[in-house]
Amino acid sequence: MEYNGIIGKSGLQFFGKISASISHEIKNALAIINENAGLLEDFVLMAEQGLPLDPERIKTLSSKIMKQIQRADTIIKNMNQFAHSIDADEKNIDINMILELIIALSARAASMKGVTLVFLPASRSLSIETNPFFLLNLMHSLIITSLDHLGGNKQLTISSRSFLDCGCIELCGIERLESESLLNHPERTAIASLIQANVVANIQNHKIEIYLPCKPA
Amino acid sequence: MERILLVDDEKEFIEPLAERMRNRGMNVSTSTCAKEAIKKVQQETYDAIILDLRMPEMDGIEALSVLKEKNPDLQVILLTGHATVEQGVQAMKLGAMDFLEKPIDIKVLSEKIKKAKAEKMILVEKRSEEKIKKIMIEKGW
Repeated sequence: MEYNGIIGKSGLQFFGKISASISHEIKNALAIINENAGLLEDFVLMAEQGLPLDPERIKTLSSKIMKQIQRADTIIKNMNQFAHSIDADEKNIDINMILELIIALSARAASMKGVTLVFLPASRSLSIETNPFFLLNLMHSLIITSLDHLGGNKQLTISSRSFLDCGCIELCGIERLESESLLNHPERTAIASLIQANVVANIQNHKIEIYLPCKPA
Repeated sequence: MERILLVDDEKEFIEPLAERMRNRGMNVSTSTCAKEAIKKVQQETYDAIILDLRMPEMDGIEALSVLKEKNPDLQVILLTGHATVEQGVQAMKLGAMDFLEKPIDIKVLSEKIKKAKAEKMILVEKRSEEKIKKIMIEKGW
């Protein structure tokens, strides 16, 4: 399938939205590093004026800085993986890896709405042939829409499992599914058809299921 | 001594920043959510509120609007990851005193706080003057 000509406005908007969110996350990590480094500088200035330095506090501050460096590094690794999702029209991918990435990329948006994203991956790798960028776009779109339709515990559980010849992704915890047209958005339907996924709303069990044909082992 | 309320959901950010501000002689209180900050503002007086723009549940712009409604004289400095012109215009329209991008330069922040305190004092003096004038008119002195 030829995808290059059909990324279009919505694909670019998705790319822009994720890039903006990533840059905010990096800025937040830098801001924390900046404050802790500034505090270290204050301690040095105080020590120069004769106040004793507390080694335990220095140790705590440096470990806080290291923690934020690791956080920023993870964000940048995710950004790199996301940027490369557009490289190939179709690629052999593991559903679990794609889900892990999109959950990390959507966590900030979820947290802004007080929602926790929980991931329950399939015990084995679920290999499919698809366009990774479009699958990420579809998943992000479903996660973001689900955030406004959750139950009181404010938790969206995303899981993967194998089902016959398919890989199945489930989004659970959606309480008000029946009263909303969660799956009828034309854009989402178009993305789903592009990646040949069958998106089903399981109203009774308050969940959305996505079926993707697996590659034969 | 300037009395400051620092509001940001990232505890790891506000704790060292508050300590640095205290090291510079300021009296600093902190809140990790806008709702708690609104309660604090109703109980205490502050020379400046440093408010993060992006927070869960109630964001900085919404919080600013509630704070200014409760006390129009409050001096609010907004903090953001990216200071866009659009956000700046919106914040100023809602009555923010200033806008600051993360990571913060503590010298710039200290200057803005001094300016906020001075502006607050002018407003307080103006309000006192108005009260005195009103009393004088009412009593016919």
